[in-house]
Amino acid sequence: MLKKTHIQKYCSIKNNEISVNGDLVFSADTLEVKDFFKDVYQFLEIKYSKYFKMDLLSKLAFLSAEIILNEVNTKEKNTAIILSNNASSLETDRKYQNSINDKDNYFPSPAVFVYTLPNIGIGEISIRHQLKSENGFFVFEKYNANFHYNYEKSLLQNNKCESVLAGWVNIDKNSYEAFLYLVSEKGIIEHTEQNLKQLYNT
Amino acid sequence: MEDLKLELKKNIIEILNLEDLSIEDFDDNDSLFGDGIGLDSIDALELIVMLDKDYGIRLTDPKEGKKIFESIEVMATYITEHRKK
Repeated sequence: MLKKTHIQKYCSIKNNEISVNGDLVFSADTLEVKDFFKDVYQFLEIKYSKYFKMDLLSKLAFLSAEIILNEVNTKEKNTAIILSNNASSLETDRKYQNSINDKDNYFPSPAVFVYTLPNIGIGEISIRHQLKSENGFFVFEKYNANFHYNYEKSLLQNNKCESVLAGWVNIDKNSYEAFLYLVSEKGIIEHTEQNLKQLYNT
Repeated sequence: MEDLKLELKKNIIEILNLEDLSIEDFDDNDSLFGDGIGLDSIDALELIVMLDKDYGIRLTDPKEGKKIFESIEVMATYITEHRKK
């Protein structure tokens, strides 16, 4: 028998605002992306020194996951993570490339290099929430509700996990956007492709 | 030597993104790794790059770093004795 699955919680971070389940919970008028993320970190009252070492993509994934998972006991649950974006880790790739462009000033940074893959953000979330679950990071031109819905449904219906943390986490130059949600048997919004599209576009 | 120690503390905080620490949190003899300041293996590689870039000291064996990066005091002494710039 097919499980009935729902979108238990969702959040979006974009345009210097955070909304959770459709309600605006935080906004700031900082100009730089990194400063806005720091405001969010402080707003969420997080104490996690590793956060400051992350690149911007990982910080955005981490902060979004904090919002979604703060009331969820993931330690007892098998929570998979399926994320996607458009720019992969391009922001950090550029930063790393700049450190090796000049042969006379060639100092590649190990701390930057480790973030030149988009799925490192999944690793940061997994370390924070002690998740040892199925995960994947995919690159699409835009948020692909059809792909996400089918992948998430497949994981849940085949008992690969009990919940899925999923969504879109993108950053490129001064533009960023996160849309994260938790799919499980709990909740009131039915997990459908149409609902995912609608929540993403609100 | 005191100026160099202060410079090292400032640079380590900036380069390793230790935004939750301030210069006052560093005692000259605190262990930089493990139970002290809590740096990790990637930080150690970043310190090797810093030695090369800022002081012209090139470590050929990363294991040397374990001894050199023991504390701010040990680092400052090593840099004073070996710096090329």
